[in-house]
Amino acid sequence: MASNSSGGGSSDRQRIAQQRLRIIAGHLQGPVDGDSAILAAECKAQGSKTDVCREGKTVPRRRQEIMKWNGWGYSDSKFLFNKKGQAEFTGKRYRLSGMIIPGLKDWMEGTFGANLQHKTPATPLLTSSAVQPATLNKAFLEELKSTGIPFSHDAEDRVFRAHGHCLHEIFALREGKFGRVPDMVVWPNCHNDVVKIVELACKHNVCVIPYGGGTSVSSALECPPEETRSIVSLDTSQMNRILWIDEKNLTAHVEAGIVGQDLERLLNESGYCTGHEPDSMEFSSLGGWVATRASGMKKNIYGNIEDLVIHIRMVTPRGVIEKSCQGPRMSTGPDIHHFIMGSEGTLGVVTEVTMKIRPMPEYQKYGSVVFPNFEQGVACLREVAKQRCAPASIRLMDNEQFKFGHALKPQVSSIFTSFLDGLKTFYITKFKGFDPNRLCVATLLFEGDREKVLQHEKQVYDIAAKFGGLAAGEDNGQRGYMLTFVIAYLRDLGMDYYVIGESFETSVPWDRVLDICRNVKARIIQECKDKGVQFPPLSTCRVTQTYDTGACVYFYFAFNYRGLSDPVHVYEQVEHAAREEILANGGSLSHHHGVGKLRKEWMRDTVSNVGVGMLKSVKDYVDPDNIFGNRNLL
Amino acid sequence: MMFLSLQHRDPMLKKRDDFEDMLEERRNSSDLRYALRCYTPVLYKGLAPCKASMLKSMVLQSDQLHHVIGQVSRETGRAADDVQEEASAILEEMAHCLQLSTVRFFAFTLSKVFKTLFRSICVNEEGIQRLQQAIQEHPVVLLPSHRSYMDFLLMSYILYTYDIALPVIAAGMDFMGMKFVGEMLRMSGAFFIRRSFGGDKLYWSVFSEYVKTMLKNGFAPVEFFLEGTRSRTSKSLTPKLGLLNIVMDPYLKGEVYDINVVPVSISYERILEEALYAREMLGVPKPKESTSGLFKARKVLSEDYGSIHVYFGQPVSVRSLAQGRVNRCQFNLVPRHIPRRPSEEIQSFVNDSAYRLVRAQEENMVLKPWVLLASLLLQNHHQDQTAGQKRGMVLEELTAQAVWLRDMFREYGAFLHWPVVLLDICVGGQVKPGEPHSTVTPEEELLSQAVIVLSCASYRNQGLHVFLRPALLASAINAASSNLKQEVFNSFSFLRNMFSNEFILCPGATVQDFEEACYLLVKTGALQVTQQELLVTERGQRTVAFLTSMLDPFLQGYQVVCRFLCEEATENLTEKQFVPAVRKFIIKHLLAGRLRYTEVLSSDLQKNSLAALLRLGAVQKIKGRIKLSKVTYSSVFLLRTCVNLTYNC
Repeated sequence: MASNSSGGGSSDRQRIAQQRLRIIAGHLQGPVDGDSAILAAECKAQGSKTDVCREGKTVPRRRQEIMKWNGWGYSDSKFLFNKKGQAEFTGKRYRLSGMIIPGLKDWMEGTFGANLQHKTPATPLLTSSAVQPATLNKAFLEELKSTGIPFSHDAEDRVFRAHGHCLHEIFALREGKFGRVPDMVVWPNCHNDVVKIVELACKHNVCVIPYGGGTSVSSALECPPEETRSIVSLDTSQMNRILWIDEKNLTAHVEAGIVGQDLERLLNESGYCTGHEPDSMEFSSLGGWVATRASGMKKNIYGNIEDLVIHIRMVTPRGVIEKSCQGPRMSTGPDIHHFIMGSEGTLGVVTEVTMKIRPMPEYQKYGSVVFPNFEQGVACLREVAKQRCAPASIRLMDNEQFKFGHALKPQVSSIFTSFLDGLKTFYITKFKGFDPNRLCVATLLFEGDREKVLQHEKQVYDIAAKFGGLAAGEDNGQRGYMLTFVIAYLRDLGMDYYVIGESFETSVPWDRVLDICRNVKARIIQECKDKGVQFPPLSTCRVTQTYDTGACVYFYFAFNYRGLSDPVHVYEQVEHAAREEILANGGSLSHHHGVGKLRKEWMRDTVSNVGVGMLKSVKDYVDPDNIFGNRNLL
Repeated sequence: MMFLSLQHRDPMLKKRDDFEDMLEERRNSSDLRYALRCYTPVLYKGLAPCKASMLKSMVLQSDQLHHVIGQVSRETGRAADDVQEEASAILEEMAHCLQLSTVRFFAFTLSKVFKTLFRSICVNEEGIQRLQQAIQEHPVVLLPSHRSYMDFLLMSYILYTYDIALPVIAAGMDFMGMKFVGEMLRMSGAFFIRRSFGGDKLYWSVFSEYVKTMLKNGFAPVEFFLEGTRSRTSKSLTPKLGLLNIVMDPYLKGEVYDINVVPVSISYERILEEALYAREMLGVPKPKESTSGLFKARKVLSEDYGSIHVYFGQPVSVRSLAQGRVNRCQFNLVPRHIPRRPSEEIQSFVNDSAYRLVRAQEENMVLKPWVLLASLLLQNHHQDQTAGQKRGMVLEELTAQAVWLRDMFREYGAFLHWPVVLLDICVGGQVKPGEPHSTVTPEEELLSQAVIVLSCASYRNQGLHVFLRPALLASAINAASSNLKQEVFNSFSFLRNMFSNEFILCPGATVQDFEEACYLLVKTGALQVTQQELLVTERGQRTVAFLTSMLDPFLQGYQVVCRFLCEEATENLTEKQFVPAVRKFIIKHLLAGRLRYTEVLSSDLQKNSLAALLRLGAVQKIKGRIKLSKVTYSSVFLLRTCVNLTYNC
């Protein structure tokens, strides 16, 4: 297969023929793997013979075979309006798959003023001729070929790795527009492959951009347009093995290209988990988490990535950086892991990581609480954090998001269920006097052994009751978390109907939570009005993580752009203003999305001049020739 | 020097709303029914109204107050409960207790009073609609101009009439001294603050928290007077920043999304306190506010005070004012409830905003013909005096001049209210400031004449803001040693700096003001601007002469204060003694005929010039005593040069 890929530069006929072959080969996964297995064998020899598993990996080299090239997620899963005008989610992968969502149409029409008659379909096919021809570094290419590491300069492969999932990136793809894209893609199979690639890149002055899951929302994967060197996208997806599990110390040594769902599934097979579950975990990779300081939904039990990582191996232009032991904590000067975590691909490629693992929880229970208003909800979360009894996950949605969640309820099968729903609504709004336009919902997830979970649950519900909260059932909670995974698909639906949007996050001290939520939402609405948006935008937020001293807040923002000549520019201006508002209200530049190029301009104010200087001098030492030239962060 | 493109918006194009007379309806329908009608104002974001008592407990439970109570108790060694009680007592003394029944009582009585006193009370209804909108969007601060005690009763009366949430009003403690009336005012929404509480941390904390709580919760619009006190001269006063700082704080700290500030211009045709003010400035002390005094004052009911124009200006968003000026991140690193002295950045922002808001008040002041007549008569009077005559002005001449001046006012963008028929009540053949009646000593004669001149001046002052900048330029042209732009600018800049305690001149806006002045004079054909020079045109002579003599009394006032300080001030002159001493000095010189303007007797002018000299460092205050500093002489010299060049004294 490697030879197939590298032949991408030949005539169109040949290319199409090869493409067909590859698709066929894709269906017969076996042979594809067999090919690279030879190379992998070499690596494994140096690694460990306890290579636990590499079956059932999710991400193929040619990602476009199973994933959308111009939207979120799997090609077979998407929202659409069927012939009857009802919203439907296709595919078989999710709980919502194959279901009718009756409320979505009304919600979209009501919230955005969208109309099913006004469509903005995406360009269906990628036209290779629209992609800039690859600038290849001949000498580099020659030497790379001799290493036998698979690579490609096929246009589809290159375009797929030229973007993350920022609105402007997806919008441009849907219009069939491509800016600077990587000139080639390489698929190292192990740590040593990466060492070789980086050595060659240094030798031939080639720019390397590491690529993990491609789920970035900070323009981190965008190729700097001013880059004149050949750009190589280093796709870590084939480095996806768990190399060993150490049950005595409860650690696992894993290759950094593994995506979240594979890591969790493979560990589960051995009875373990990491408990690290970012919303993007289906596609985002371990290396990406390390490089952006990721945060997982269940961090209250398992911790964020910086709490989970024991050991990191990273290949830099200066060589390999790693610690000499696996002590649980060290006092050996500033922690070098903290130069790596959050370096966003500017220093090197994370190849292997040793992580904490935990036995799988015996029992899981979802839950939800309805509060009369957002203020009460926040007060409750604060109290929960104060008493340090937060469940694995606790999230508070504001009223708009509550309504949104409601609109995404799938069609209920029995009259009895809908009758029960009606009864619940009646109880909350009429009997308890909650204003349906003010109430908000917290979703909860408890984990642990059964006894303790139930005890814990009671404690949390007791606190909630003090703030006027009413338990609202497991179903609502579970649906809330399930929606996390499908919400990204929903943006693609919106984009089919003139609606664009995005989410962004921050972290903020407790005393500022309410203020920041109100002010940022109001700022978004005002900016939209000022910028000539014809329809009222959706401007909503939720508190998604609690800490001792503050919380993580997510904002969702979307609007109908009919009547605007440059909707993406308007969108960017509004998001920019919203970020300024966040910073002015004591929020951080980012809680876990990272800085990338999107938020670079605020770095200096965020970490001070000296801080920027410190980071710069690390970069200058580690990568003096700017081989890792994605220009993120600084 | 920057002579950038003169892109000022043409002041004549300023759009202003029309007025409606709200007394008209009162004259045609029952006051009682009006007072008892259904009153349902819209509130901020539709909040349910909260009780005054609830407000108090919110203040007492606030983080800020808790912090300060703790601090005071640690510093003084008193028990926290004790301090808490004191805070509670302060709040009790301060807080309003708005009651609809009292408001209705006022609505009834004020209707009666207003109908006898005034011909009409004109309000711009579009402004009212804007206010109504603003109240629903964000917390609102009302900033009326302050010329009379009437002001805040009038404001509440208007808001009640238009079914708008009644404001809570910051009032001076002196009102509370009035038995019964103080309580009545409290029940109509006034809250009382001590005039000075500089060092009292606890008082300041209770006060600021009280105001902020009302504002943040959208309890009611907060109303206060930027000028701090009633202007006795009808000129706007230099804004006081304390309360403005407090009301802007919730925005700066992110506790509210925005705050709408609404400047309100109240123009009286004749101010109730008119004669009182003049006497006060001449040294007759201000009578203490008392209920019996109020009753004695009822004789004013038989007089005609013309009409009132109340203009609700465009709401100003504090957010847009602060855009690009204040970095709100400065509050990120210290808990927001810990009171801190505002940073320099914020101080200068609040100061600039205050000036802008006072200018917004000035801009929408309605000017009646009397303002123009008073200006002309005063100038004529002074010319007569110099010439040793007492002839006044022929009516036709006055009319002709008034028409000329009216056109000039209009070109400068003044908000003129010009009746179709001017001077419908014809006043004999000649018009001049009245003559004093029986007089005993020359000094008394002088003083009683001064009362008339000062009253007259207060009418003139209403229009001063319109041509202040051109007048400064005109004086600067006269004073400068050549027509070179740079020279003129230097002398403009000196005069402007000197007078910045006297008039509303935004700090740091010298270049803009200069350009505005040039623009206006060029536009009216009075001035030609070339690459290097500023030349007064033939037909501009009259304008320039008029403008210069508008400022002359002020220049002479400042000059005489300087002269006094140089010649007569003793070593031990205290601030208290200053006004009487300088007054004595001036009277002496006026009687000897060495001074031209009786106006310089105004204590307001004298205090302003002292403040200016202190600010410029010509004079120093050491342990409450006024001392000349070394630079004085150069300053005085400069000032004299100005005055002497302006006209040959």
